[in-house]
Amino acid sequence: MSQTMFDKIWDKHVITGKVGDPQLIYVDLQLLHEVTSPQAFEGLRENSRKVRCPERNFATMDHNVPTVDIFNIKDEISRKQIETLDKNTKEFGVRLAGMGSDDQGIVHVIGPQLGLTQPGMIIVCGDSHTATHGAFGSIAFGIGTSEVEHVLATQTIWQTKPKTMGIHIHGKLPKGIFAKDIIMGIIAHEGVAFGTGYAVEYYGDTISNMSMEERMTICNMSIEGGAKMGSIQPDQTTFDYVKGRKYAPKKIDEAIEYWKQFKTDDESAFDKVIDFDVNNLAPFVSWGTNPGMSVPVDKPFPEIRNADDKKAYDYIGLQPGQTAKQIPIGYVFFGSCTNGRLSDLKIAAQILKGHHIAKGVTALVVPGSREVRIQAEKLGIDQIFKSAGCDWREPGCSACLGMNPDQVPAGVHCASTSNRNFEGRQGANARTHLASPAMVVAAAIYGHFVDIRKEVI
Amino acid sequence: MKPITTITNTTIPLMKDNIDTDQLIPKQFLKNILKTGYGRNLFYDWRYLGNGRLNTDFILNDPKYKNASILITGDNFGCGSSREHAVWALKDYGFEVIIAGSYSDIFYMNSTKNGLLAITLPKSQREILARISSDENITVDLPNQEVRCINYKFNFEIDPLWKHKFVNGLDDIAITMEYDKEISQYEVTIPNFN
Repeated sequence: MSQTMFDKIWDKHVITGKVGDPQLIYVDLQLLHEVTSPQAFEGLRENSRKVRCPERNFATMDHNVPTVDIFNIKDEISRKQIETLDKNTKEFGVRLAGMGSDDQGIVHVIGPQLGLTQPGMIIVCGDSHTATHGAFGSIAFGIGTSEVEHVLATQTIWQTKPKTMGIHIHGKLPKGIFAKDIIMGIIAHEGVAFGTGYAVEYYGDTISNMSMEERMTICNMSIEGGAKMGSIQPDQTTFDYVKGRKYAPKKIDEAIEYWKQFKTDDESAFDKVIDFDVNNLAPFVSWGTNPGMSVPVDKPFPEIRNADDKKAYDYIGLQPGQTAKQIPIGYVFFGSCTNGRLSDLKIAAQILKGHHIAKGVTALVVPGSREVRIQAEKLGIDQIFKSAGCDWREPGCSACLGMNPDQVPAGVHCASTSNRNFEGRQGANARTHLASPAMVVAAAIYGHFVDIRKEVI
Repeated sequence: MKPITTITNTTIPLMKDNIDTDQLIPKQFLKNILKTGYGRNLFYDWRYLGNGRLNTDFILNDPKYKNASILITGDNFGCGSSREHAVWALKDYGFEVIIAGSYSDIFYMNSTKNGLLAITLPKSQREILARISSDENITVDLPNQEVRCINYKFNFEIDPLWKHKFVNGLDDIAITMEYDKEISQYEVTIPNFN
């Protein structure tokens, strides 16, 4: 019987239990951050337990980190969380990319960047965007704090094997269309819960032709379609990316040979298959309060079909029939685990070069990690952003969820490269509009969204 | 975890789909390093107006639902962020049972770790429960997998392992520790390329 990549990785990790029941599976790598780990370490202490495999855990601070002066944490409770992670990792012997370290950054940016993320692994983190790591041909998913504690104590987790879904993505991406548009397009088409109960695999010529950073953007937003796992089969692009990184295997050629087995035999192995053609894809912009409430930039916002639509329009302050060009942008957020990598900054800088952001727009640029920031500065990208009037910041999660001081003011429309447009996500009554880095940077220049296929690129 | 068998209490209907965990507990309340104290901020942005006053239009603030511990709600409940604080907030507020059309996978797993019974019923049955008077008790009987009210009785499905855990109030880590030998045996087989 043919098997999916997911089946092959899963089967290699089962310790006990049978398919259909919760199974105990081994976790190769757990990533930790300051928000969803304090209660887990506290639980270990209360029960006199230790971390079973400290070397299979890696921590950093990202959610609370201030992006102006990282050492000046004004919010006492934020500071306490950060200090607690520092203390916990020391006490339990877990590696930490701490405040100011060159390795610090958003947990889903640094995992791949440091070579911690590798094909064939099972990776967990107390964060729903953990599917990002699936781009390397691993099974990666977000977990709650009780599960974080369980993994710390046992290096295993109880999970019921999900069904599998293949998303066949094919065609040549038109100019001005990016990975973000693909995943937003899929969610707009299939809804915010289509992936619930499934492990998704993205494949097809469009995916094969993508860089690792583009693949990460796609996998990252799997959870926005309800799928807690989203993966891509490893190939030469994957191997080339991992090779030579700080924590990559030393016997890399042997590792690559081993990783090559993790591929789906054929489509019939999936429980469900969705087809997605990108040949005529347009840039997407979200109009509402969940990521499925998105439309192509040249299409009007939909009619009010139910109470949820009505509530979304009331919150966001827009009307059915309007288009994204009519959204008055007051704030721009550039960053996050979705689109805060070097390639995202490069695309934006290319468009921004020689321009200035529109009057009245505040634009925050937050690199996904310190390494991304350092690399961008070497290329002079920071100068392009700064001379265009943007605020160039230290790395972190920042205004994607506003746990640090970076928040979008109430009632202001924000063009954002992040992943969630939920009510209050970026700040109380903030109005988030998700789009690709190119669309967001163009919106910064014009003060409203534009069709970048016609007006910029 | 406290064992759960039968819960009898009043209900509160909040029949909206896709209630995400950012709504259940906004980010400003995730900074605590404890598992308690989140209840007063459950549904914060819907429960309170900008100036901190109660939003009297929101059903949780209606005094007649004050003691309800069974939430009747829509599809895809608990979607979005993995924050377990959402479950802690529901529990801390006083909810014992959620009856939804479906749950996000991560939220569901979090509920099983904290003794919050999250059950699934079809829309037609939830609509009946949502119309029940605020002073009428319903019974959620976990051993028999039944929801009972005066005029109706509905059956629900639950994975036998989660049911066993709820009914016996078992701690996951203690259960897993019993597999220590198997875990150690597995660890020997992991390929090492360093």
